[in-house]
Amino acid sequence: MAVQPIRKPTRLEPWQDPGQTPYVRIEKVTKAFGDFVAVDDVSLSIYRGEFFALLGGSGSGKTTLLRMLAGFETPTEGKIFIDGVDMAGIPPYERPVNMMFQSYALFPHMTVEQNVAFGLKQDNVAKTEIRERVGAMLDLVQLGRFAKRKPHQLSGGQRQRVALARSLVKRPKLLLLDEPLGALDKRLREQTQFELVNIQEKLGVTFIVVTHDQEEAMTMSSRIAVMNHGVIAQTGTPTEIYEYPQSRFVAEFIGSVNMFEGRVVEDQSDHVLIRSEDAGCDLYINHAVAVPSGATVGVAVRPEKIALSKEPPAGADGRNVATGIVREIAYLGDVSIYLVELKTGKTVRVTAPNLVRRTEMPITWDDEVYLTWRPFAGVVLAQ
Amino acid sequence: MKRMGFLSWALWFGYAFLYVPIVLLIVYSFNESRLVTVWGGFSTKWYAELLHNDQLLSAAWLSLEVAAMSATVAVVLGTIAGLALARFGRFRGRTLFGGMITAPLVMPDVITGLSLLLLFVALEQLIGWPDGRGVTTITIAHTTFTMAYVAVIIQSRLVSLDESLEEAAMDLGARPAKVFFVITLPIIAPAIVSGWLLAFTLSLDDVVVASFVSGPGSTTLPMVIFSSVKFGISPQINALATLMVTVVSVGIFIASLIINRQERQKQRDEQMAVQGG
Repeated sequence: MAVQPIRKPTRLEPWQDPGQTPYVRIEKVTKAFGDFVAVDDVSLSIYRGEFFALLGGSGSGKTTLLRMLAGFETPTEGKIFIDGVDMAGIPPYERPVNMMFQSYALFPHMTVEQNVAFGLKQDNVAKTEIRERVGAMLDLVQLGRFAKRKPHQLSGGQRQRVALARSLVKRPKLLLLDEPLGALDKRLREQTQFELVNIQEKLGVTFIVVTHDQEEAMTMSSRIAVMNHGVIAQTGTPTEIYEYPQSRFVAEFIGSVNMFEGRVVEDQSDHVLIRSEDAGCDLYINHAVAVPSGATVGVAVRPEKIALSKEPPAGADGRNVATGIVREIAYLGDVSIYLVELKTGKTVRVTAPNLVRRTEMPITWDDEVYLTWRPFAGVVLAQ
Repeated sequence: MKRMGFLSWALWFGYAFLYVPIVLLIVYSFNESRLVTVWGGFSTKWYAELLHNDQLLSAAWLSLEVAAMSATVAVVLGTIAGLALARFGRFRGRTLFGGMITAPLVMPDVITGLSLLLLFVALEQLIGWPDGRGVTTITIAHTTFTMAYVAVIIQSRLVSLDESLEEAAMDLGARPAKVFFVITLPIIAPAIVSGWLLAFTLSLDDVVVASFVSGPGSTTLPMVIFSSVKFGISPQINALATLMVTVVSVGIFIASLIINRQERQKQRDEQMAVQGG
């Protein structure tokens, strides 16, 4: 069930282009509350027009990092630059940044229109211009006919769009979004994901979004920084994060993964061979890894990269082939999840698309099956 | 059913305990007899006499004046104190400070009154102000102890107020002072109104603190009532008390009507949001 990014990749991404200067630069930022270190020596560069996701569980420091960008928290150490300007000592009301809050934080005593107009009023924009821009923004989020309502007269999805309109009306160069879809139900969330990406591409604003939902991060963002205990575990495009996780934490946090423990027995420039007690076979990977021969490593294989068959695969040389018995099948409609117990006792998760109808499926409970995967499927992770 | 019997009995007893004395007071305000405790037939003559009793009327007026002034000052100071307690963040000794603001709530009135009297006398000797004791000193004294109540009300309202509302306003370009007046104040307005009403009522009720810090020519209504008891209660007092009870009841009735209507309106709005989503 790999989630595909919904944005089209451009030719050369800004983070690959050495001529680009980052729009947001976070340099060795640490934030401690008493003895608790919420953000620990984080450095990040985010470029103009990016849709950047900070992904992590609760307590990973992602929200604290976002609040430091908005100016609600001051870094204990390190510096934050936005558009080349050091943000130290600049209060929230003077930053070229707007934020959409997790609770939406709509002003309860003001109508939708007044809520959206609030930011423009603070800048003493002319009344006629305020009316025009508020009207245009409400049309963009399809709330024109709710302009006179109070926030408590709106549904959750409508409130979310008011909050978005309010944070975008000042045309910030950088928009921070704290769990923007957290309070919506699943169907509305999927629909809103597309809307958010469309609005972001239309306005060309840089988005930094905090989320704990890996699917949300995968579908919307150009790049993801996975955070764990205040540290960035990995930064990369959704594909990089999913296909080439650099640590066990990232591999296990994003999607599901089968982890085989093993020992490097052959270490060549074009491949490695890992002997695994866990898998009961040798694991062959068609690229070099930076671990010495004899080292103990983990090999991560995604469930959808494993093929199941009742016949021994043709031309197999005993590498990347395991055998086991099907213990559980979960039918999800588009795909099925198989839990296969290997001879070694390890349970492996396999997902396969349902190419035929359920009743015609060749593999069923207690069948003895062969699990195979291609040489590129495994990712070697050091301890 | 036995349980129900006990509960309804308890209910009647409880309400009787609360309201029989007040009902009795109202009934006796229409007493013809000069003696408060002897029924002599129905009459409204004490109400008429009350209108010509200048001492009582001026005391009532003074009480209202002091109550309104001290409640207003207490609301301003109490709101500032509540804001500081709710928004200052954590610091060493926070619990101590939080407790100290509520101490005047449980401080015996006698001690509050005595200490304020000592302060006023000392101040007069040192800087010549306040010049004697009167309306000013009563107002200051009432402000002191009612402020604590207001601070507690405002603090608890602010704690339940989502802080991200203030952050959002700041994020949109409003400076902290503007955030307070445009966002925080309108949202906590009901708490401020109820704080003012509570302070007003407390000041109107007080007899102990006022007796300590009042001077000649500044006698509040409770003080007049209290001192007249020494010569036996005049039925006029009953009439006056009945009027006060009536005014307070009407006020509470109107306030609860308004609150109920707002509540119903809000429920309708929320239903509309769910259906019209």
